[in-house]
Amino acid sequence: MRNAFREIALPVFAIAAALLLFGLLVAFAGVDPIEVWATLFTGAFGSWFSWQNTLQRAAPLMLTALCVAIPARAGLVIIGGEGAVVLGGLACAALPYAITLPGNMIGTVMVCIAGAVAGGLWIMGAGWLRQYRGINETISSLLLAYIAIGIFKHLVEGPLRDPASLNKPSTRSLPEGLGIGGIAGSDVHWGLVIGIVACIGLGLWLRMTASGFSIRVVGGNPRTAQLVGLPATRLILTACGVGGACAGVAGAVEVAAVHTNANASIIAGYGYAGILVSFIARHNPIAIIPVAILFGGFGAAGSLLQRRLGLPDASVLVLQGIAFVLILASEGLRMIDWKTLLKNRMPKTVQPQITKEVA
Amino acid sequence: MTADQWIALVAGIVGGALRVGAPFLFVSLGECLTEKSGRINLGLEGVLVLSAMAAFGGAYLTDSAWLGVLIGAAAGAVLALLHGLLCSLDRVNDVATGIALMLLGTGLAFYLGKPLIQPQAPQLPAIPLGFWSDNTVVQSALQVNALVPIGIVLAGLMYWGFARTRAGLLVRMAGDSANATRALGYSVSGIRIAATTAGGFIAGLGGASLTLFYPGSWNEGISSGQGLIAVALVIFARWSPLRCVGAAFLFGGAGAIGPALQSVGVGWGYHLFNTVPYVLTLVILVFTCKPGSVAIGSPGELSSTR
Repeated sequence: MRNAFREIALPVFAIAAALLLFGLLVAFAGVDPIEVWATLFTGAFGSWFSWQNTLQRAAPLMLTALCVAIPARAGLVIIGGEGAVVLGGLACAALPYAITLPGNMIGTVMVCIAGAVAGGLWIMGAGWLRQYRGINETISSLLLAYIAIGIFKHLVEGPLRDPASLNKPSTRSLPEGLGIGGIAGSDVHWGLVIGIVACIGLGLWLRMTASGFSIRVVGGNPRTAQLVGLPATRLILTACGVGGACAGVAGAVEVAAVHTNANASIIAGYGYAGILVSFIARHNPIAIIPVAILFGGFGAAGSLLQRRLGLPDASVLVLQGIAFVLILASEGLRMIDWKTLLKNRMPKTVQPQITKEVA
Repeated sequence: MTADQWIALVAGIVGGALRVGAPFLFVSLGECLTEKSGRINLGLEGVLVLSAMAAFGGAYLTDSAWLGVLIGAAAGAVLALLHGLLCSLDRVNDVATGIALMLLGTGLAFYLGKPLIQPQAPQLPAIPLGFWSDNTVVQSALQVNALVPIGIVLAGLMYWGFARTRAGLLVRMAGDSANATRALGYSVSGIRIAATTAGGFIAGLGGASLTLFYPGSWNEGISSGQGLIAVALVIFARWSPLRCVGAAFLFGGAGAIGPALQSVGVGWGYHLFNTVPYVLTLVILVFTCKPGSVAIGSPGELSSTR
């Protein structure tokens, strides 16, 4: 219970401190901090309209955060989720070029699966390079992300380009009936449900199943995993594949629900934001849900700050940066035993001691 | 292709290598110094953008390009100092902190740099390396940033410093064995914070060369991930400052193949040529890494190579 309190209290304090610092910063720009805080809240969670905007941004964040969290549980730091996102989007948009899809639910599921396979294989590549060639997965996944973006741009501006897209090169739009619509007529699309189900499902998988437990053993103590004979390589590749598949679905959902075709606006940094969401949620899939919603809210509030108070649109980026830095720093304070620390500060009754002076 | 086209192509690639390679050179030297001390700084992307903004703003306000360079480098050092301090806390992951600082640095740069998008600032002088040629294409391609020679000298100094000076040996010791450093009575965190800060200062010079030479103005798309690539560059250069020079210009040149081909009328594969540096790094890693051992030349304490 005490631990649970600490888990929640630290990030909450960190975010409060970040808001305070941000208020100080805007005060220098001559804007009333209280008004900024109020606008932030209204823009993120104040009305049904802002909730829709927030949730729309939270959906891809959940999925890209899973691309960091699941491999992290197996002991890998993957930072190339962006590559899986763009390839997932590309695969989703490219599948209708290859085969004719039924224009209903089944077709939608098929394009999402195409995205998942593309993203999963890409991140699995980073895991494979680590297990078989000893290459650090952080670096290789970053390199693979840049390569993926290059491939994406090459295909979208070349072979897969829709000749009708003049100013902004993009692929042909998904055929009618394949797009993902809003939930009950709102702007919030079903990608949010996919994200939440994936977070909860994978959270339960890690916690409840034997294979999930083995992955945590491999990540927590590779020596133990070796001693009890767990197939470490297979488990690590599975974790990478599952994580990459989540990021790939994020890309596919962005295409199917938001852009309707694959174009450069899919490279929006969701992969990098997902890294931070995952680290703040301490790689716990279920904790990713609220964190992603919170940071989706920050993003949604950005345009309102700009319109209403005339602040630069980058001010939200500053707020996110401060919040991330402070939350990560608060990690360093987690284990400090405040009680003992305070007790030791208290003046102690000094016993008169007779000791020989050591020369 | 005619002879003129070939000359234009080669001049474009070499000139591009020198222009695009300049920021690569400084970020890779900065990252090299940071990694030699046993820490990885992914936040150099933020450092680069923030220092690019600060250098431009400084040059604009003081009306001197060189003062702008100093201000930019100082801004880079401050952000890197923050990274160094945060990472010396317990259980703070340097990869995640780097990404957070990348966000903070770019955010601060965009926020503070909003009024700087319109104005013009004094630019750094160019060194005309193409004076020997009558061809105007060659001449304009070989206009070199005045910071480039400074960077090359700096690389030599760092090489000498790591091998010969007390400070350089301390940095390498902190990077190779934290325990040995502690046993000799030095503060590991202190050395790493100092090395990270100095690395940020050097990377800040790269930011200055972005806004004060090429492309020579401040806008929000100023960096295309050069700061993140610094990490790959340093691996490519196997943690040697001298090899960083070669790697930076190779990356710059590889990045210039696409635009140079486009300028002579070959548009195919523009984006694929842009990925050449990354593919090259990956291929080199595949050939030099062995499972169960660290990369050759890598500092032993580095979290990214263990």
